[in-house]
Amino acid sequence: MSTSDYDQFRPPEPERRRRRGFGGGKRRRGGSTARVPADSMVPEVEFTSYYGRNVVKPPPWEWPVALYLFTGGVAGASGVLAAGAQIAGLPVLRRNTRLAALAAVGVSGAALVADLGRPERALNMLRTFKVTSPMSVGSWILTAFSAPTSLAAVAELPIPLGRLRKVVDVLQGPAGLAAGAFGPPLAGYTAVLLADTAIPTWNGARQHLPFVFVSSASLAASGLAMITTPSDETGPARRLAVLGVVGDLVAMRVMEAHMDPVVVEPLHEGKPGKLLHLSERLAIAGGIGALFARRRWVAVASGLALMAASACTRFGVFEAGLESAKDPRYTVVPQRRRLEERRRRGEVDDSITTVE
Amino acid sequence: MGDPRTEVGWPTVEPRKGFFTDTSICIGCKACEVACKEWNHNPQDGDLELTGWSYDNTQALGASTWRHVAFVEQSREQLVAARRSGQALVELGMPTVRSDDAAPDNAAGDVTPPDTDEFRWLMASDVCKHCTHAGCLDVCPTGALFRTEFGSVVVQADVCNGCGTCVAGCPFGVVQRRDDGTVGTASRGYDVPNRHVAQKCTLCYDRLLDDGVPACAKTCPTTSIKFGDRDELVDDARRRVAAMHAEGRTEARLYGANPYDGVGGTGSIFLLLDEPEVYGLPPDPRVCTADLPQMWRRAGAAMAGMAVAAAVSFVMGRR
Amino acid sequence: MVNADCIVLMGGNMAEAHPVGFGWVTDAIARGSRVIHVDPRFTRTSAVSDRHIGIRAGTDIVLLGGLINHVLTHELYFREYVVAYTNAATMLSEDYRDTEDLDGLFSGYDEEQARYDNSTWAYADAEGRSTTTYGDAARDETLTDPRTVLQTLKRHFARYTPEMVARSCGITPEEFAYLADSIVENSGRERTTCFGYATGWTQHTMGAQIIRTAAILQLLMGNVGRPGSGIMALRGHASIQGSTDIPTLFNLLPGYLPMPSVGVHDTWTDYLDAIASTEQKGYWADRENYVVSLLKAWFGDAATAENDWCYDYLPRLDGPAGTYQTTVEMLEGNVDGYFVLGQNPAVGSANGRQQRMAMSHLKWLVVRDLNMIESATWWLDGPEIASGELRTEEIATEVFFMPAATHVEKSGSFTQTQRLLQWRHQALAPPGQAESDLDFFLELGARIRARLAGSDDPRDRPLLDLTWDYPNDAEGKPDPEAVLREINGFYVGGPRDGEPLEAYTQMRADGSTAGGCWIYTGVYAGGVNQASRRVPHGGDSPNQHEWGWAWPADRRILYNRASADPEGRPWSERKKLVWWDADQGIWTGLDSPDFPLDRAPGARPDADAVGPAALTGDDPFIMQSDGKGWLFAPKGMVDGPLPTHYEPQESPVANALYPLQQAPTRVTFPRTDNLDAPSAGAPGSDVYPYIFTTYRLTEHHTAGGMSRWSPFLSELQPQMFCEVSPALAAERGLVNGGWATIVSARAAIEARVLVTDRMRPLIVDGRPVHQVGLPYHWGVGTQAVVSGDAANDLVGVTLDPNTQIQESKVATCDVVAGRRPRGRALVDLVTDYQQRAGVTVDTDNERPIQKHFDNTEAGDSGAHG
Ligand SMILES: Nc1nc2c(c(=O)[nH]1)N[C@H]1C(S)=C(S)[C@@H](COP(=O)(O)OP(=O)(O)OC[C@H]3O[C@@H](n4cnc5c(=O)[nH]c(N)nc54)[C@H](O)[C@@H]3O)O[C@H]1N2
Ligand SMILES: Nc1nc2c(c(=O)[nH]1)N[C@H]1C(S)=C(S)[C@@H](COP(=O)(O)OP(=O)(O)OC[C@H]3O[C@@H](n4cnc5c(=O)[nH]c(N)nc54)[C@H](O)[C@@H]3O)O[C@H]1N2
Ligand code: SF4
Ligand code: SF4
Ligand code: SF4
Ligand code: SF4
Ligand code: SF4
Ligand SMILES: [Mo]
Repeated sequence: MSTSDYDQFRPPEPERRRRRGFGGGKRRRGGSTARVPADSMVPEVEFTSYYGRNVVKPPPWEWPVALYLFTGGVAGASGVLAAGAQIAGLPVLRRNTRLAALAAVGVSGAALVADLGRPERALNMLRTFKVTSPMSVGSWILTAFSAPTSLAAVAELPIPLGRLRKVVDVLQGPAGLAAGAFGPPLAGYTAVLLADTAIPTWNGARQHLPFVFVSSASLAASGLAMITTPSDETGPARRLAVLGVVGDLVAMRVMEAHMDPVVVEPLHEGKPGKLLHLSERLAIAGGIGALFARRRWVAVASGLALMAASACTRFGVFEAGLESAKDPRYTVVPQRRRLEERRRRGEVDDSITTVE
Repeated sequence: MGDPRTEVGWPTVEPRKGFFTDTSICIGCKACEVACKEWNHNPQDGDLELTGWSYDNTQALGASTWRHVAFVEQSREQLVAARRSGQALVELGMPTVRSDDAAPDNAAGDVTPPDTDEFRWLMASDVCKHCTHAGCLDVCPTGALFRTEFGSVVVQADVCNGCGTCVAGCPFGVVQRRDDGTVGTASRGYDVPNRHVAQKCTLCYDRLLDDGVPACAKTCPTTSIKFGDRDELVDDARRRVAAMHAEGRTEARLYGANPYDGVGGTGSIFLLLDEPEVYGLPPDPRVCTADLPQMWRRAGAAMAGMAVAAAVSFVMGRR
Repeated sequence: MVNADCIVLMGGNMAEAHPVGFGWVTDAIARGSRVIHVDPRFTRTSAVSDRHIGIRAGTDIVLLGGLINHVLTHELYFREYVVAYTNAATMLSEDYRDTEDLDGLFSGYDEEQARYDNSTWAYADAEGRSTTTYGDAARDETLTDPRTVLQTLKRHFARYTPEMVARSCGITPEEFAYLADSIVENSGRERTTCFGYATGWTQHTMGAQIIRTAAILQLLMGNVGRPGSGIMALRGHASIQGSTDIPTLFNLLPGYLPMPSVGVHDTWTDYLDAIASTEQKGYWADRENYVVSLLKAWFGDAATAENDWCYDYLPRLDGPAGTYQTTVEMLEGNVDGYFVLGQNPAVGSANGRQQRMAMSHLKWLVVRDLNMIESATWWLDGPEIASGELRTEEIATEVFFMPAATHVEKSGSFTQTQRLLQWRHQALAPPGQAESDLDFFLELGARIRARLAGSDDPRDRPLLDLTWDYPNDAEGKPDPEAVLREINGFYVGGPRDGEPLEAYTQMRADGSTAGGCWIYTGVYAGGVNQASRRVPHGGDSPNQHEWGWAWPADRRILYNRASADPEGRPWSERKKLVWWDADQGIWTGLDSPDFPLDRAPGARPDADAVGPAALTGDDPFIMQSDGKGWLFAPKGMVDGPLPTHYEPQESPVANALYPLQQAPTRVTFPRTDNLDAPSAGAPGSDVYPYIFTTYRLTEHHTAGGMSRWSPFLSELQPQMFCEVSPALAAERGLVNGGWATIVSARAAIEARVLVTDRMRPLIVDGRPVHQVGLPYHWGVGTQAVVSGDAANDLVGVTLDPNTQIQESKVATCDVVAGRRPRGRALVDLVTDYQQRAGVTVDTDNERPIQKHFDNTEAGDSGAHG
């Protein structure tokens, strides 16, 4: 902002919005060409972008979606634990994980409705089934998971159901198994939901994000089980937690290693970077705790750490994607790179830019 | 090459419709932006503050701006670079679009570069690309987005539930959910239609149904926006770019005319005078669903892995 | 324009101000035409032109004069055309003295009145004596006699060299050569060059002379009357051409007939003789037919030969009554009431503060507009209320606002810049109380006449004798087509009583015809509204005759006889338009020939023939009294027969061509509320060191009444801004997107800043000159979607004496970073600057005040103007 001798007469200036900033706000990342000193003139458009404006648009998704990623994972993996407990004959674990699955799926549904601009049309999700739309597939998975989960969970509750109780008792076994079957899809489809977009960091993570997400779901649900269930029934959960932690750490590293070096940046920077860093430490702590969680308070603490780790992973990945959509650099640089690489290899017939 | 309409069951009796936006003759009058708003009852966008981005004060395509005119001020060096990058495209061997129809031979021979200006001012009217493989449409869970008989991609406002998935699915940043279209003064009570619904160019579906021409193309005073049968437009566009190269204006290039690009070619094609990103367009867009089968396979493996891990955990005993 | 091989857009920003018309330029480009834009700024027009040439505002005569000098010195003009069709060969009177002889003045200057007596600007007869009978003028077709117009032209423009162009305009010799070569290479038999201009030329004290300079160049190059030739006035409002044809100007009557003046046109014969002599060549000689028909249309049966067709019902002017003179009269308390219809002077007129202060002296003010514009609200939320100079409760003016129907809410015609009348059909009914201007005026007239009914006061006769009966249309509203029919004209009495006329040649001076505007006769030929013709693309003819109707006689290109050589053959196949068909003995071709149809190319009428009959077969300029295109204008211009460069009223640069700094006959208003900054290095000129120019943006319309109320347009250009070069920004600490305060000798305003390479400092006389760009669409108020400070507050009032148009395209200012002060402090800031510069009412005004205005010759220059 310029100043003058007459400043004292000025009316107070309205707060400038960042979007409208003339370089006053966040420094734009430059392209490869030299830049005119910021602010000195109509910004010359850099080689790489249009006034630093994003190319793709972040979806209008807010925290409920990240929460959904988390609770969906918890629900799905709880369903798996419940089925395992059902088969292995661990009634407390079974009850608690079934109830956990129901609660988590309930929160998920609420989060979904909260996120939709028009909640009254939430049911439109089930108008059709589209394999090309992970959101559609996911809606059906969620439905397919929720119904048996509800039934199985209701069976665990000491509520008077009258004559229905009989039916419930008969069906709860198959229902529990069905919920278990739909658990991994519920825990994993959200990775495809994010990856199947034009959002650079999500799409760039498409090879390995499902592994991160199922691992994260596993450790979170296991952590929850460690909190809710006495240690003598949580052995499998603790082992799953450890496997989840290992899977999470490995998958995350492999994923990052395979991503474009620019597209991976948002996972390391800013708030998402902090979240993911924290997630890693929490996961390690939770994992170690799970190994020694005979003691109740250790179990509870580890469980909380694991849950938190998973939440941090989901919020971190979620927000990293949104960040990557807000800066043209993440769209343009990797696309340029891959285009140049193909051209170097002599593949020149698949470019969107042509001269004839 | 796949016609996106047969894939969804339209009998393709009509030629596929599209735009050819020739930015080299655009005068930046923004009549297209205004005509679109008028016709579609789209509200005012933004906060009525000057951006300082040359003459662009609406900034981007969005829920309430379905045509957007970009303004780019460039120095001589940038023009020279653009000429070089356009020339490079030729040298790379592109016109070799894997094309069955013979490319008109031109451009070869003496290419005398015209006077190089000290300065240039680019103007380009952007719009939804009506992609052959449309990310937005593919990922829409409700079927609100559909492929019309004209080959365009349109949102049905009464079906859309505002989930916003399409926003993330579009590699061009076109479609957006209308959350807060605002209209200026208190004295004018405009009703904002379709709040919380995904919004974008419809290729004037309503007008096409009445054998009309889209409002933006109809209004464009310079014919920078040409509307018509896509195949013919692609031919026109190729001829135009060849003619410009013949004049030495090698900065000219087409965007979206290649059926083998990452989105299968676009319904709206453009003649650009610099790299796409200069105008805010992605240089190598790819429809996300092209990789979807692979993604599902990877996810399937992960899910199976999870099941196995769980099984192992239980098999190892209860403690 | 689509037929032009080269288009020079200069003094206009066609792509931004005429985007739809620019489609023709786009087509021309597609056909390979070269387009050059000469403008102080790089605009959206420049962006699609082959070349932009930056120019210092107000120096166009130097550049065009340089081009004239170039083609004369190097013998590059179209000699056959020039000899046959222009007055190049005509000999000038020995009494004539050029600016070369008189240090920048022409002969006949009256220092007392600051005006010219043009009697010495005359042709010479065989003896070298002045003659006003142009037919008698001597000619030297070898063009060698020093007294020929051509040799005079050569001498006059000799000092307009490329070096002078560089020194004065800031245009490099290379740029000059490019422009000159482009025009020369694209002129002649096979090719044509066309000029397009608008307010970048007209809004100068020398405005009309700039256009004259271009006209001389185009005549020399043979670029008049041919396809793709000419000088296109890219005019303003949708029907601004219509409102000069049927004028809203104080000094004209319909069809470019002059408004009578006291002392000049006292009697009927005085009036007729002043328009034209019956002795002269061409169609003006028939002026009596036109005036009588006009008076018959207005006063019907009351107009008779005995009462000179009610000539004395017409009011007489006693001086200029233009907008700015009226403003001063208001300030002096001499005006009671004011109708503001279809304009927004509080924002759109120069020296906005003066306009608003003037309105505060009125008893009543009627504003008829689509929106509650600033001219209707200045008393409540105007800048003078904010600064405390006016207090709402102390303003005695009673303001009436009346909502007007828009152009889509009423039928009627627009006459656009090509003289094409296009009929619009009503699309919607006007909302609420809004009504059309036609309904309003008919009703107002009816009410006034009702009040006067029965009066025997002779001063009420003109009103009571008016024909004021128009039939209603289906909706019960006055039928606009009936008005068009009256304008077209009809027979009165006789066998064809009431039938529409087909052509103005059917008009008679005996009361047997009536017609509201002679040049429009034919628009209702056959009882059909020809203006509503709308065959797509105008039908098969290349001149698109089935779209609308062009005056006169549906002629699309004026003076098109010049498209054929003296023998009547097209100059070239490529550029053919009309030609002589010897077998049929008739002029024919692609356009309606602008010539007596049966006048053979070789025809040489008797010496005593007059009017159209006197035109020889190779006199294409049928409205000129000698049938020739005027390189030298013996009459019609009040400020000189040849264009001469003077600096603008305010200019940091000294006139490099003549010792006179400013135009000697410019109209000034030396008042304390209209001060001027010192010029050309005079003490204090460094206080206002920069030039500013004002202009339009595509996104807005003029004073904003139609665009700033539209959210769709407002969002496209939401705020007032100034455009400056990076160099000026650095000099003044301006930041892109920040604020700047711009101070002139009249006012200070604030604007957002765009720092851009589109503004390039020019090197003038060896030093950099900075120009600041200011769009003029914003105004201060609270009713619009967007508002902002008005550029016109900065502009002073100095006028072109020919047109009374203000010099709003160039003045001087200072620019400082940051917003302007508020309240009283704003006034103090302006005063502080004035004191620092030592500005007084005499600054830039040291010469007698020009009180005179001259309209006696409006007819000759106007009809095809
Ligand atoms: N969108 C839009 N269109 C309009 C209008 C509008 O307000 N908005 N207004 C209409 C009206 S009323 C009119 S009269 C026309 C006017 O149409 P134009 O005259 O074309 O419009 P302006 O922008 O006023 O001025 C044109 C150019 O003159 C340049 N200029 C200034 N001084 C000089 C000079 O000394 N020499 C030269 N060579 N150039 C100079 C300015 O930089 C500017 O680019 O436009 C009409 N069309
Ligand atoms: N500094 C500077 N000043 C300039 C110029 C410049 O270039 N620079 N240009 C000059 C020029 S060329 C012009 S033409 C003037 C224009 O200046 P003005 O004529 O003062 O301004 P406009 O905004 O065109 O005013 C027209 C008004 O008519 C209203 N209107 C529209 N249709 C109708 C109708 O049918 N009936 C009625 N009653 N009203 C209607 C509109 O709402 C609008 O408010 O500005 C001049 N002033
Ligand atoms: S550009 Fe985007 S919104 Fe338009 S069709 Fe393609 S993917 Fe959909
Ligand atoms: S927001 Fe509407 S159109 Fe977009 S994906 Fe969701 S339902 Fe489909
Ligand atoms: S085709 Fe219609 S909806 Fe699309 S941008 Fe043009 S006017 Fe708007
Ligand atoms: S209407 Fe045509 S010329 Fe005007 S901005 Fe749009 S594309 Fe460009
Ligand atoms: S506003 Fe009307 S007159 Fe002006 S360019 Fe557009 S169509 Fe022509
Ligand atoms: Mo105008």
